[in-house]
Amino acid sequence: MIVRILGEGQFEVADAELDRLNELDAAVEAEVDAGNEDAFRARLAELLDGVRDVGAPLADDALEDSDLILPPADASLEEVREMLADDGLIPG
Amino acid sequence: MSMMKRISMIFRAKANKALDRAEDPRETLDYSYQRQVEMLTKVRRGVADVATSRKRVELQMNQLQAQSDKLTAQAEKALGMGREDLAREALTRKSGLQTQVNDLTVQHAQLQGEEEKLTLASQRLQAKVEAFRTRKETIKATYTAAEAQTRINEAFSGISEEMGDVGMAIQRAEDKTQQMQARAGAIDELIASGALDDATSLSAGDDITRELEAMSSNADVEAELAALKGATGAPAIESSTPPAAEPAAQAEKEEQS
Repeated sequence: MIVRILGEGQFEVADAELDRLNELDAAVEAEVDAGNEDAFRARLAELLDGVRDVGAPLADDALEDSDLILPPADASLEEVREMLADDGLIPG
Repeated sequence: MSMMKRISMIFRAKANKALDRAEDPRETLDYSYQRQVEMLTKVRRGVADVATSRKRVELQMNQLQAQSDKLTAQAEKALGMGREDLAREALTRKSGLQTQVNDLTVQHAQLQGEEEKLTLASQRLQAKVEAFRTRKETIKATYTAAEAQTRINEAFSGISEEMGDVGMAIQRAEDKTQQMQARAGAIDELIASGALDDATSLSAGDDITRELEAMSSNADVEAELAALKGATGAPAIESSTPPAAEPAAQAEKEEQS
């Protein structure tokens, strides 16, 4: 499975790690819903660290689609909300 | 999985929408390659822009630091002459400057981070664009238009995602840099006005003095004043002593032992 951290690159992650990442992802989402900026940033950092820990960086010249795409490490809660709301954060 | 999945889907949909498809799929390859090269130029320009902002902040930090050192020297001198009021004024200004320097230090670190990120993004994109070009030539040479479609889709998928990612990174860096430009402009004005030049030559009570004093921390000033007193061995002066009216230059001549 290939995971992209926006602004950082792609990682090859074993499928076996998915459950753990799902847990971390759910924790991030809970804070997005709760609107708690500090907690959100902490959980997002944990999720991204989780990907970096278990994942191997993909070669720069790989032309592979990612299975999962994650927000950049310095994303604010508001930015992630916009991304989820399809509000044009990603330039067309 | 919901957040990751949702972001992935939205991102991919946008990245794919950005691709214009030509009648002959092989033409799409050339068109996309052009856009990739343009994006590469854009991200390199982004790196240069951020570097320019970083250098501007560095320059300001150096100027403010030099000013801060000068004020320390002035405070020492004033204390040596028994002018605690002037020393306090110089240290008050220094404390205000230090707030600015700290702020600039944070900005500098942020800009450095953006610069690094964009540099890496540019390297990744370049590697992918080169890989795409090779694959594009192979596809054009080997396959008919009808056969090419599957291969083209494969080649597109990775690169379009990267283009979306890089485009977003450039946008974020631009936004951050712009926010800092306004503050940098204000500091440039403060430096250019000469307001920071000399604590002893300033008319107290002007706008800038008030601004600097508002930024300064009383506790910092008093602590440093006490430290200076300890260092210079100057006699402690009661804070109730009325400030002497004569200019510092005159007092300087009346050397103390």
